Amino acid sequence: MKTVMGLINLNEDSSLIRNLADRRAVESIPFAGRYRMIDFALSSMVNSGILNVGIMLPDEERSVLDHLRSGKDWDLARRHDGLYYLPSARVEKEARQGDLKNFYFNLDFIEHSSQKYVLLTSGSFIYNMDFNKILMFHQNTGADITMVYYTAQGEGTGKNVVLETAENGLVSDISEKPAIYDGSKICMAIYLMEKTVFVDLVRSAYEHGGQDFLLDGIIRKAEEYTMYACEHNGYVAHVDSEQAYYKANMDILRPEIWEELFMGQNSVYTKVLDGVPVQYKENADVKNSLIANGCIIQGEVENSILFRGVKIGKGVKIRNSIIMQKCDVQDGALIENVICDKNVLITKDKWLKGAPNYPLIVAKNMVI
Amino acid sequence: MRKTECLAMILAGGQGSRLGALTKKIAKPAVPFGGKYRIIDFPLSNCANSGIGKVGVLTQYKPLELHNYLGTGSAWDLDRKGGGVFILPPYAREKGADWYRGTADAIYQNLNFIDLTDPEYVLILSGDHIYTMDYSWMLESHKMNKADATIGVFEVPWDEAPRFGIMNTDKTGRIEEFEEKPPKPKSNLASMGIYIFTKSVLKKYLEDDAKNETSSHDFGKDIIPKMLADGLHLHSYAFDGYWKDVGTIESLWQANMDLIQEEPPFELHGEWRIYSSNPSMPPQYVGPEAKVCKSMITEGSMILGEVTNSVIFSGVRVGKGAKVTNSVILPDTVIGENAVVDYAIIAQNCEVAAGASVTGELGAIKVIAEGETVKADAEGKQVG
Repeated sequence: MKTVMGLINLNEDSSLIRNLADRRAVESIPFAGRYRMIDFALSSMVNSGILNVGIMLPDEERSVLDHLRSGKDWDLARRHDGLYYLPSARVEKEARQGDLKNFYFNLDFIEHSSQKYVLLTSGSFIYNMDFNKILMFHQNTGADITMVYYTAQGEGTGKNVVLETAENGLVSDISEKPAIYDGSKICMAIYLMEKTVFVDLVRSAYEHGGQDFLLDGIIRKAEEYTMYACEHNGYVAHVDSEQAYYKANMDILRPEIWEELFMGQNSVYTKVLDGVPVQYKENADVKNSLIANGCIIQGEVENSILFRGVKIGKGVKIRNSIIMQKCDVQDGALIENVICDKNVLITKDKWLKGAPNYPLIVAKNMVI
Repeated sequence: MRKTECLAMILAGGQGSRLGALTKKIAKPAVPFGGKYRIIDFPLSNCANSGIGKVGVLTQYKPLELHNYLGTGSAWDLDRKGGGVFILPPYAREKGADWYRGTADAIYQNLNFIDLTDPEYVLILSGDHIYTMDYSWMLESHKMNKADATIGVFEVPWDEAPRFGIMNTDKTGRIEEFEEKPPKPKSNLASMGIYIFTKSVLKKYLEDDAKNETSSHDFGKDIIPKMLADGLHLHSYAFDGYWKDVGTIESLWQANMDLIQEEPPFELHGEWRIYSSNPSMPPQYVGPEAKVCKSMITEGSMILGEVTNSVIFSGVRVGKGAKVTNSVILPDTVIGENAVVDYAIIAQNCEVAAGASVTGELGAIKVIAEGETVKADAEGKQVG
């Protein structure tokens, strides 16, 4: 894997998740109690042995920079290679839309890296993957471009890139669909190719007026390159909407998914905060929940996720909710089907309730 | 780089034989404490938080796990330019090698290291106490009093005073007399084993002590009494926070239990952060039939049974129907379904099989050593 450089494209469309992505990138939305979305792609890269990772920054870059900093917590603060930040092209006074311009204006960095391959991923998928398998698949098929997909279970809506492939994985069609069906092959926005292919593809697509990497770089060029797709069998969630975010968090409450994502050979790394172990007081009553360090619990918590440093007062009842870092829920409050963003204060005896399929979202730093 | 004003030296070579099974494979300072910490996290974090950027850690007994844990010191923010954590085990010289023969000898053997740093003051700490303390105030007091040595003291209950090294001081806090375990104490100010020495004075006394063949080379027994006899200015520095010697199984258990009181006498939350090496574990999962209260639990654990009045470390599994009460469970241990654990400390990587039981009682805490398996016999009694 020393021959592969990683690129994480943080330009996920935030229109369906704007209540959580207000002033932060989709990829730095807190997830599963102590992580940010980007931790999953980045940790998979590090665990696969990738030593050089470029982060394609979004416009709202502060939250990403604050989270990753030197890359030390991912073991990426290195003398050579390690973590690099690739600024978005707005500094180049480029008015064109889309993410392709960001690749184009950062081609220098990519061309001058010593690795032979480029592995491009997004930061809005949740998985724990060994990319060595993808590299092996890529070398065995002799593909120009290898993509990774998962097979959809059940129907769903939302913008997805659906692949049609032959039995050996050769891609025959790529399209963006508004709905998916049971058995659809959904592209996970993971692309592996030689660096020269990547550079040619970006350059030619951009210089011919392209805007979007997927649309103008991959889909429009499907005829020119041999593309193969490789299936990922583990847990996958694409967090592109508030409902998807809520569902993916609730998925982690299933012990088999918790085990698969976090307790296997490969850890998921995140920024370390040195929190104190969770304190369960006399009247604590916690059922089927995920609790991060630094919490102090005096009330009832059920089917919920508490992020680091959350305080739950006496007589509080929390159900089916996601309570982010440093929220303070005071005595007697009742919370059901709610997503509380960071640092929310819920004062005594307040009742907040969302619908099971439409959680109520409380914005960061609110006092209720 | 700014010159190091005060160099800290942590005595971490102790065997901790009174901790029995817990120190079979590791040195006492590496013994886990408080859900995610090890004992040495406390002096190290205190150093980092007090602005002391260079720390020597003197190791001797079974040091490998401790060395591995300390690493570059980055967990305590002590991987610093021109400073950081320095691991100092005994080493060979032209005329052969010596073990550290006592606390004073350990520092004496590392005088070269102290000279290399050339600080004004040397702070000597031990690696077996649980407390949070800002050493910078103690250093200020040492400088203000123009003392040759300043000794941290702690008021102990009068009836316990005969178990400690007791300092008799005048009204200003200057130490007049030191008595090791006096049967009839004149004061209840116990030495905490925390010393600040003016470096030049320390060096002279260590060199003299090394030449003295009748000396036991101990700070409390030899160096301090000698300094007092010579009329040096030794001052006390009173500490009134939580301070616990965790040298025995009972005191280690008690200190863990102190953390889970409804109003703990010792609060880990707060500005004075205790750092520790973090194992990259997910948030803990508490299952649908679990019952957890009056406890402290760390990341990476999965609790499906009942946990009351207990401290649970990272990566621990408590199976369905299991009952853990009044106990401390160290990392990566598995408590099987329907197992019972009461008044026990269960070390790392143990397994208490399904249906087995480990029960001690107050005053006779049951300890299971690292890596052991406790099986259940036909009656569900423990045999291992």
